[in-house]
Amino acid sequence: MTDAAVPTPPSGKPIRGKLSRDDIIMRGSMIVIGLYLLVTMALPLYAMLSKSFSTYTFNLGAYEVQVSDETGANFSEPVSFAAMNAEMGVVSDSDLIAGSDGRLGVTQFFPDFSFRSPVMYRVRNTVDGGRFLVGSTLNEGTDWTELDSNTFRRVQLRPEKATGLGNFQAYFSTPALSNSIKNSVIIALISTVITVTLAFWFAYALNRSCMRFKGLFRLVAMAPILVPSLLPGIALVYLFGNQGMLKELLFGASIYGPIGIVIGSVFFTFPHAFLIISTALAISDARLYEASVVLRASPWRTFWTVTIPGARYGLVSAAFVVFNLVITDFGLPKVIGGQFNVLAVDIYKQVIGQQNFEMGAVVSVVLVIPAIVAFAIDRIVQSKQVALLSARSVPHAPTPHAAKDWSLFAFSSLIAVFILGMLGVCQFAALVKFWPYDLSFSLNNYQFDRMDGGGWGAYFNSIKMALLTAVIGTAVVFFGAYLVEKSNGFKTGRMLFQMFAMLPMAIPGMVLGLAYIFFFNNPENPLHFLYGTMAILVICTVTHFYTVSHLTATTALQQMDREFEAVSASLKQPTLKLFTRVTVPVSLPAILDISIYLFVNAMTTVSAVVFLYSPKTSLASIAVLNMDDAGDIAPAAAMGMMIFYTNAAARILHLVASRGIMARTQAWRGR
Amino acid sequence: MSSKPLTKILGTVAAFAFATAAYAETELTVYTAVEAEDLARYAETFNASHPDIKINWVRDSTGVITAKLLAERDNPQADVIWGLAATSLLLLKSEGMLEAYAPAGVEALDPKFVDGDNPPAWVGMDAWVASVCYNTVEAEKNGLTPPTSWKDLTDAQYKGHVVMPNPASSGTGFLDVSSWLQMFGEEEGWAFMDALHGNIARYTHSGSAPCKLAAAGETTIGVSFAFRGAKSKAAGAPLDIIVPSEGVGWDMEATAIVAGTANLEAAQKLVDFTVTKEANEMYNTGYAVVAYPGVAKPVEHFPENLLDKMIENDFEFAANNRAAILKEWQGRYDGKSDPK
Repeated sequence: MTDAAVPTPPSGKPIRGKLSRDDIIMRGSMIVIGLYLLVTMALPLYAMLSKSFSTYTFNLGAYEVQVSDETGANFSEPVSFAAMNAEMGVVSDSDLIAGSDGRLGVTQFFPDFSFRSPVMYRVRNTVDGGRFLVGSTLNEGTDWTELDSNTFRRVQLRPEKATGLGNFQAYFSTPALSNSIKNSVIIALISTVITVTLAFWFAYALNRSCMRFKGLFRLVAMAPILVPSLLPGIALVYLFGNQGMLKELLFGASIYGPIGIVIGSVFFTFPHAFLIISTALAISDARLYEASVVLRASPWRTFWTVTIPGARYGLVSAAFVVFNLVITDFGLPKVIGGQFNVLAVDIYKQVIGQQNFEMGAVVSVVLVIPAIVAFAIDRIVQSKQVALLSARSVPHAPTPHAAKDWSLFAFSSLIAVFILGMLGVCQFAALVKFWPYDLSFSLNNYQFDRMDGGGWGAYFNSIKMALLTAVIGTAVVFFGAYLVEKSNGFKTGRMLFQMFAMLPMAIPGMVLGLAYIFFFNNPENPLHFLYGTMAILVICTVTHFYTVSHLTATTALQQMDREFEAVSASLKQPTLKLFTRVTVPVSLPAILDISIYLFVNAMTTVSAVVFLYSPKTSLASIAVLNMDDAGDIAPAAAMGMMIFYTNAAARILHLVASRGIMARTQAWRGR
Repeated sequence: MSSKPLTKILGTVAAFAFATAAYAETELTVYTAVEAEDLARYAETFNASHPDIKINWVRDSTGVITAKLLAERDNPQADVIWGLAATSLLLLKSEGMLEAYAPAGVEALDPKFVDGDNPPAWVGMDAWVASVCYNTVEAEKNGLTPPTSWKDLTDAQYKGHVVMPNPASSGTGFLDVSSWLQMFGEEEGWAFMDALHGNIARYTHSGSAPCKLAAAGETTIGVSFAFRGAKSKAAGAPLDIIVPSEGVGWDMEATAIVAGTANLEAAQKLVDFTVTKEANEMYNTGYAVVAYPGVAKPVEHFPENLLDKMIENDFEFAANNRAAILKEWQGRYDGKSDPK
């Protein structure tokens, strides 16, 4: 058809479809959930970013001083410290950048100063709200304060707020801080290579061999997901610490530092890498292997030209996921890192140890960069993945091969022993009375109420928090995903929503938690009543784990034909009725998966909530951290294992429940 | 009082909880850095005379609690601070965050333990004193001889066997550093720390951790405080508590009311209680030095010469130079990436 054939439409507004009530409800709901993501993620991150530019500097012009002669009378003309500094150059500009708790002594501006001299001094702020201390008393007014020499040496100027890049300058010019970038990246790279290699062979054994006990191995491989990343650190202390059972294996090297972080990281990232690679290896085309046999390729060659290319997307994706998990992890390096500084722990140290929130924000910004890059590359690679299986493919089935099967069995057993050993050590340590001097068993380490961290109350809080997160999170995430997938038009809105939903994956938990302090603990924020409540922990956790849940939900929803909506519309049924009567029941397996995912993660998360818990809402995972911090390692192990058992029980419950529900609602899937 | 379904399961616990809930009229949020295992005892003793005030503890290490309080400057969550380092309270005072109040009976206390202003912004409870925890079993294994002074700790034989708290996050760590600078002078003090750093296996986040690590044999020497050492020793750890001959740093735990509290009356009652003889006897269970003269009895396993070794501590120096000292400390020692 050519342009000429199209009759020009009459001038006027372009015709647009009328919005039905359903559309309005759906768009309204989408905007509500979009706003939720905006408030719980975008705005706090913005608050954090602006905090990183908020500096404290000494404003020497804001104070005036007068000096008397030797008799203590006849004061000189008032002069500001700025003028004196311009003349004498006592402090440089970089000395004027300070933290919020900075103090600047004033006697350095008086070369002849002696605290025994009879000279008197007067000092004042030139504007209201200026701040200087005499001893530890704060002076904010503009009245002159007269002081003798001995008291004048106790005067300290306080910095005032400003905006600028000063914090970033300070960060990059302090090697103690900026070295952590290198440390973090190196640790993450090494852990990634080791984990992906091990996970690949493990997944290979499970998918491409005929070894025995595959189900059992699969179960064991998933166990690390059920514990906080602090736990492998604690296990390593008992295994390789100075009193460790296997200390000799390290040949004198210290477990506290990079070695410990790498071993622990391999432990807690293993299941993530294994799952992704296993999916990639699960399906393959037998015809390619036949071709390779026909062409007389050696098994080695076949492996490199058929197997690896087939799994390449899985491998790349696993690598970036592991990299991201390691570089953003806080719990493990906190426990086992020793003096080896990494970014995530730096944030904690800056904020918790030194009250330097601005520097904490700067480190957060630095940490977000590699996390976002890794995440973005992973998304790009994933989007390039094409279907390996066509209609003509023949599924590849492994054939028995004794030597190969047994060597893979031996390898898998080693991995299983590694994982179970770490957990076993923690349980053993938790039951021993006083390691290593009194090895009799006792339950002393379970008296959590006598330790830091919130006691048994923290454990029950954790369960409550995890349940709330699972229920509320699943509802919000699934409904949000439904709206994005199934509403009509409104393209910009849907795209924005998708973007918001993907963002949490790239934001490290520490960063999110810190951003929440800045945003919610601001008294001008109408939402600040949430600060210190259970609600903020639930909100933070839902947001932190939003992306994976969202992706699970959209995948399930994409399997449902949009014609359901069309049919329901033509039957004049409201979409929400369709949602509750058809969509939800059909998608129940996915909904259950999301809820267990949220539950388990809420039980184990430390990084996002460590800045947000209050005494009434202390959590089990935080208790593990705090007990370990105070040197109570055995009780920390005990609490860590409680989390493991709870999560394992939740998993089993989930399995039983899904079986039951599937039988009732998913009968249609079979024939 | 929340009634969580799970607490109901624990029958007796629940009954007890509801019993207290029935009497509690006011709830006070009390920030503290007192050891966790003592908190229940403190609250019980207080509630014996004041059953109508319920204490909600917020406990963390000194640095964390100080950070929390400073962060909440514009939106204070605490009503009372009971048991935080005087150095930290001076910081809070300089931010105008403390409500000056002279508790009934404050005259009876040793004036050294009371803020100089009238009415005082804070009142002291007890002093906690630095000490070295020395694991005799591990020492024998490693062929070490016991140190007698701070300077001894820089000896090459202790390389990798010393653990101390990070002064940035731990009050104990900071009082050590501040005492070394006060005793040895700036230059010699930093030179001493340079040498000590060579022997340090690692710096911990909390001040009690080094002693607990020494008790567990994870390290041989833990720079910590005497109270913690005495406790671990009582628990059966093979520890000697060594008081270095040059003198030891100390800080006091103190109490203050947070300005702007909604429960001023209850807060004042609590602070009144904290200066009583009864309260001081309670502190004395763990602390050999308390604010109320004549109360202190010797504490089991406490080193005897400890009191004579406490230095003249300049709290104002410590508070006002804290930022500068920590910056210097971090520049020197925090950047070393390998625990050598």
